[in-house]
Amino acid sequence: MTSATPATPVLSVKNLQVQFPTRMGLVKAVDDVSFDLYRGKTLCVVGESGSGKSVSARAVLQIVDRPGKIVGGSMVLTRPDGTSVDLAKLDPRGGEIRSIRGREIAMIFQEPMSSLSPIHRVGEQIGESLRIHFRMPKAERRARVIELLTQVEIPNPEQAIDRYTFEFSGGMRQRVMIAMALACNPSMLIADEPTTALDVTTQAEILTLIKRLQAEYGMAVLFITHDMGVVAEIADEVLVMYRGKVMERGAVEQIFHEPQSDYTRMLIGSVLKLESKAEARVAREPASLAPDLLLDVRNMSLTFPGGMKAVDDVSLTVSPGETLGIVGESGSGKTTMGRCLLRVYDPQQGTANFRRADGSVTDLCSARGEELKAARREIRMIFQDPVGSLNPRKTVADIIAEPLRLAKLARGKELDDRVAGLMEQVGLEPSWRERYPHAFSGGQRQRIGIARAISVRPRLIIADEATSALDVSLRSQMLDLMMKLQDEMGLSFIFISHDMSVIRYMCDRVAVMYRGKIVEAGDTEAVTGSPQHAYTQALLSAIPHPDPRDRRLADRFRYQEIQK
Amino acid sequence: MLLFIFKRLLFAIPTMIAVSIVAFIIIQLPPGDYLSTLMADLASSGGSLEEGTIAAMRERFGLDQPIYVQYWKWVSSIVFRGDFGISFELNRPVTDVIWGRLGFSFLLAALTLCFVWALAIPIGIISAVRQYSITDYGVTFLAFFMLAVPDFLLALVSMYILSTYFGQSVGGLFSPEFVNAAWSLPRVWDFLSHVWLPVCVIGIGSLAALVRIMRANLLDEIHRPYVTTARAKGMSELELLLRYPVRMALNPLISTLGWILPAVVSGEIIVSVVMSLPTTGPLLLRALLSQDMYLAGSLILLISVLTIIGTLISDILLAIADPRIRLQ
Repeated sequence: MTSATPATPVLSVKNLQVQFPTRMGLVKAVDDVSFDLYRGKTLCVVGESGSGKSVSARAVLQIVDRPGKIVGGSMVLTRPDGTSVDLAKLDPRGGEIRSIRGREIAMIFQEPMSSLSPIHRVGEQIGESLRIHFRMPKAERRARVIELLTQVEIPNPEQAIDRYTFEFSGGMRQRVMIAMALACNPSMLIADEPTTALDVTTQAEILTLIKRLQAEYGMAVLFITHDMGVVAEIADEVLVMYRGKVMERGAVEQIFHEPQSDYTRMLIGSVLKLESKAEARVAREPASLAPDLLLDVRNMSLTFPGGMKAVDDVSLTVSPGETLGIVGESGSGKTTMGRCLLRVYDPQQGTANFRRADGSVTDLCSARGEELKAARREIRMIFQDPVGSLNPRKTVADIIAEPLRLAKLARGKELDDRVAGLMEQVGLEPSWRERYPHAFSGGQRQRIGIARAISVRPRLIIADEATSALDVSLRSQMLDLMMKLQDEMGLSFIFISHDMSVIRYMCDRVAVMYRGKIVEAGDTEAVTGSPQHAYTQALLSAIPHPDPRDRRLADRFRYQEIQK
Repeated sequence: MLLFIFKRLLFAIPTMIAVSIVAFIIIQLPPGDYLSTLMADLASSGGSLEEGTIAAMRERFGLDQPIYVQYWKWVSSIVFRGDFGISFELNRPVTDVIWGRLGFSFLLAALTLCFVWALAIPIGIISAVRQYSITDYGVTFLAFFMLAVPDFLLALVSMYILSTYFGQSVGGLFSPEFVNAAWSLPRVWDFLSHVWLPVCVIGIGSLAALVRIMRANLLDEIHRPYVTTARAKGMSELELLLRYPVRMALNPLISTLGWILPAVVSGEIIVSVVMSLPTTGPLLLRALLSQDMYLAGSLILLISVLTIIGTLISDILLAIADPRIRLQ
């Protein structure tokens, strides 16, 4: 790029308004949003869930889900030959907007699995836009699709073209999606959270790929994300949205280093907060003072019937009052490991000695019947999905009281009091007790899950990706709450996460899992500060850093395990 | 794929054995046997048989032997010689009695299935795409109405209306002059002008069920992200609908073949009695009433085999239609 900004933007959006008429009234999903997009540049639209960022992106192509409607504003697309068209004025089902979709403006989506059809071959899905827009004959189309697959670095494109999406990994699926978007050489690419469902190392690869292709094709990129780290890595310009409104718009430098709006400051603040250890933990004395281990797992292994070693010779310890982080990517076996401890799965080898409150020791791998039941009462779980893990037909009071009732620990008036106390403890208003889960926001639902977990006064809590589904501003609140409860109740945590920042924020020690094995374990500072194992180094270097002055993804460390 | 079909065929064998045992047990369930029924009939019309004759007949039919011996005799002669035994009442081999009728039963079932599918898919699509419109409500109302009407009643009412107000020849599959004629063009035409009514009557319940299933399937699929993806490619709405969500919604519909087939076959029995169709239905009813054991057993067995074959076909079709089943 020679000049800083070319004269005419590829897309100029002015005062865009999208509304959803619902039973509860009119929802202004996008309210007076304006932005410009230039050739070869990346505009990141950032915001938390419900900010309207995704709806704005879909409005550009007129593919807003019903009953959403564009009610005002203009979206002028200027073509390389100088002609221009206002997309907002086109009929969403008409031929004109269809000739722009996929041809001039292409889009990629968040969930590469569900956004692609499982029953059509990938070659067919990629070639479709070539057929629609250029009526390209079949043989020629196939050649072009193979060329596209090569460009997005899919191995063996000649074979890959005839495969189905479920035969690919998540990262490869997203590459297929990108190949599909590039098919007609669009002048603009809309990417709607394209890396959110991916692991950090895969995310880094996809971001690098998009960057490379953008430079090659000279595309303008509209990138929707909630991740400030990703924004800092790739954005030229940033648009911060909150509840349908633009909070701030500016160059990436300015957004990160001289934010004007309070909301932007809060957003960056909550990300930066997670960049270092929690204040509550910095001054804390080491937990390992207690001589007796709470949990001592030795050589635990679980092989699934298919022969996959999900947990492979894992040994770890947890002291009373300590937080152990388990970090790893999808498929690393970290969730399976956690479930083995609760005996959702039966590990085939190894021991897991758990010291009970009365001082006796139970081997969680071999205990049965009453003994297992009693031990389980002291170990609780917090789940990732705050929606799916709460029964929608029960009131909050019922949900929280259930473990107490099952353990026959309290009833009647005493039970009510305990529930009210628990709700207060996790920061929920006790007067909301008769409401149902749907009446609560994501963060509040996770608090309900926590209240349920601590209701029977457990001594160990296994938190499986407990903050992954939450917006970043809620994430640190939730972690702070868990640490507060830890101090109040002397809890120990096993904190399973793919997110290194939350691990660093809250955990005393961390174990890194890769393909069922623990490859590295130690104090959190030591592991994150000077990782010894090559995989840990790769994992750490793939994490986007929330500072545009310090972009690291381009020269990150890549880990290729030598296949035996 | 061949391996898949082979495996499925292998699984069908134990099912068939189980079905044959169950069929045999069912026909043995009512107290007494053919001879006691025969005697009761004779007694009610004033006649009687000598003890000796009865014992001789009992021995000749093998009815004095234990039930598992009877079963083995029956099954082994089916498997090794294709011999389904003898119809006591008609005194003819079961094979002769069944064969001509089975052809019509099968034809009727096949025609009904075609009719049901050909109508259910487009109606279901329209009902889903125009969800909560007048069309959708109309279709939904009719579907529930048809599900609720028993098919024999529908048969009676439609026959009454057609013969009284339109003067059409109803009942049977042929006009009297064609019943025993050789196949010819006029006979085919006569067959078609008769067969549409039983096809509609038998199929309407299944049609209503399938319309509802198709509608529900399609409503599930129509908001899936891959539809948005295809839309973002610039595909026209009609092509999009047919190529993606409808294609996906058909998969569960294919698997309904397994239970639609028995529903059609058993619905046919009652309707055939009412409309006096020359199919296996009335034959089975009569055989059951007179405890004509081998005839009834063979019919039940053949109908069950038909169901197993239907399930097999639907499994194979599903594997062809859905790569996830084939490859995973």
